Amino acid sequence: MAREMMFAEAMAAAIMEEMQRDPNVVFYGQNMAMTERDPFLKRFGKERVRITPISETAEIGAGVGAAMTGLRPIVELYMNEFMLVAFDQVINEAPRMRYMSGGQVKVPLVLKAGFGFAAGWAGQHSNCLYHTMMGIPGLKVAIPSTPADAKGLLTAAIRDENPVVYLHHYMLMLDKGNVPEGDFIVPLGVADIKRAGTDVTIVATAWMVKKSLAAAEELAKEGVSAEVVDPRTLAPLDVKTIVGSVKKTGRLVLVDQAPRQSSAAAVIAGEVAEHGFGYLKAPVRMVTALDTPIPYSEPLERYVLPDEEKIISAVKSVMAKQSVGV
Amino acid sequence: MTKAEALSSERLIWMYAQMVRIREFEERVKRTFTEHPGVMRGHAHLGDGAEGAIVGALATRAEHDLVMPSYRCHGYPLVLGTPARNLMAEIYGRKDGVCGGFGGSMHLADPARHFPCTSGIIAQSIAHATGAGLTAQVKKTGQVVYCFFGDGATKQGGFYESLNLAAIWKLPVVYVLENNQYQAYTHVSLEDANEMAGDPLSQKAQAFSIPGETVDGTHVLEVFEAVGQAANRARDGKGPSLVEAKFYRLSAHGNAITVPPVPTQFPEHEAVEVYGNKAEYAEWKSKDPIVKFRARLVGNGTLTDAAAKQIEDRVATEMEEAVQFALASPLPAPEEAVKHVCA
Repeated sequence: MAREMMFAEAMAAAIMEEMQRDPNVVFYGQNMAMTERDPFLKRFGKERVRITPISETAEIGAGVGAAMTGLRPIVELYMNEFMLVAFDQVINEAPRMRYMSGGQVKVPLVLKAGFGFAAGWAGQHSNCLYHTMMGIPGLKVAIPSTPADAKGLLTAAIRDENPVVYLHHYMLMLDKGNVPEGDFIVPLGVADIKRAGTDVTIVATAWMVKKSLAAAEELAKEGVSAEVVDPRTLAPLDVKTIVGSVKKTGRLVLVDQAPRQSSAAAVIAGEVAEHGFGYLKAPVRMVTALDTPIPYSEPLERYVLPDEEKIISAVKSVMAKQSVGV
Repeated sequence: MTKAEALSSERLIWMYAQMVRIREFEERVKRTFTEHPGVMRGHAHLGDGAEGAIVGALATRAEHDLVMPSYRCHGYPLVLGTPARNLMAEIYGRKDGVCGGFGGSMHLADPARHFPCTSGIIAQSIAHATGAGLTAQVKKTGQVVYCFFGDGATKQGGFYESLNLAAIWKLPVVYVLENNQYQAYTHVSLEDANEMAGDPLSQKAQAFSIPGETVDGTHVLEVFEAVGQAANRARDGKGPSLVEAKFYRLSAHGNAITVPPVPTQFPEHEAVEVYGNKAEYAEWKSKDPIVKFRARLVGNGTLTDAAAKQIEDRVATEMEEAVQFALASPLPAPEEAVKHVCA
């Protein structure tokens, strides 16, 4: 059974269901569960649903300690930038404990945060920071693009025995889609082909999946059949599915809302260069944000970010086997 | 029980033995640099001088209570019952180490003995201990978390954020501030606002409206009483406390940082090496917590000099055996390195 719901509702459903299923799941963060009317508070009580001060190091660090000793915390961080003030805990604590202890402890922790808020939030609240976290052994990074994946990946993250950074895109929060009810898991590390095609592979994440699908519809009108692949998690990264798609289409366009330098797109391009070079009929193209901070004013912001037009133009250049100058 | 006078002779002798064990273990780690050059990698931090604080605090714990210190972590698991040989083997990077050679000196762990893990980044483990307190509270385990950290950590955001969180949630955590007077190489008088104003560091507890007390950390029984009271408070659901044990680290912060193949050694203590203050070092050396406790126990007839000597000999044998065991233990197989990344 599936039910149509919004992305935000799908995430809430995953948390609600997992808290119901497992009494060790706790949920806390800033500015949440402030009144008795809060649905999580009503259902699970003050012990398991907590409001925290603005203390990311304590919030995430306590999550690490609680996870090591038997709870499964979900820390609501709201914006991926807010993790930066406690980045030691994200990068150098949570994913290190199991390894340094020689496998004696585990850290089943979910760090949940929104990102990519392309709506005039300017330089410090619109970033895509997944590239800073996808290269940390022991840390998983989930980045859903649909309400169904939002629920399935969050459920998988909560049940995972390792720290998982779960990133949800602000511009997708109100999107609706069919979401399976009850127990529904999207395994971490499995890409999904969002649209099948034969001429070109477009790899995209989160909001960029939506833009790539729209671009693919436009391209279809011109006789170009694009396949859209969503990795769904950047760590682990399902290189096999991506290379499999490139083997079929022979062409690759990577769409990433983050700046180009050190982007997820660049990492995937490197993997395809190593494992799929022989399949390529044309140079790989990366459609990324420009290497600038995110500006405030709308025309400036639009100029910096990838969009449908930029994706279409990249696909066309790939179809024409055009190389682009540095 | 938090009154030192109620401690049995047997318990007092146990406490003395634990202090001697920590000291001898640390001495053997230190001697490794000269006796077996090249065996030790990276950075080792010793707890000699802290024995009164460590044992005084841990003597108050109930069997299931958790112990979560920082990277200066050799002493605690010894008291909890982790065999010295497996701790030494870990510090030597061997297969039989408590973490199989994955952690080393700064990251000892023995969760089966209520010692989950340690962090090498200053003050970050204070947040972890706070989270362990959350687990104890949510799961109603009745556990108290003993969180140890140095004076340097009290200048970190993690300290303030964690104590505030523990205070508002009334978490069962005892924060033991081991004021050994030096953060790495910098003396506390150069970096602590309370110290500069002539106030004790435990005054920081007032920022969270929780109890804060300073005790003589070279006096194991003073630590025992203060931490015992704080642990009782935590156990009764009244929340966290801060206990400052003031003592003096008797060795340098850690072995010298050298680049291979230059061999590394333990330098002189910073008081001498950096500040040229031999008098300060000598003064605190004369307050050695082990010497003081031994004199007390022998003085009041709890222990004869011969019995004390017997303990010391037994410990020397134990630690010699630990060194030999660690040296004989094989290095881990290289391909083991990819294990334990994810559960």
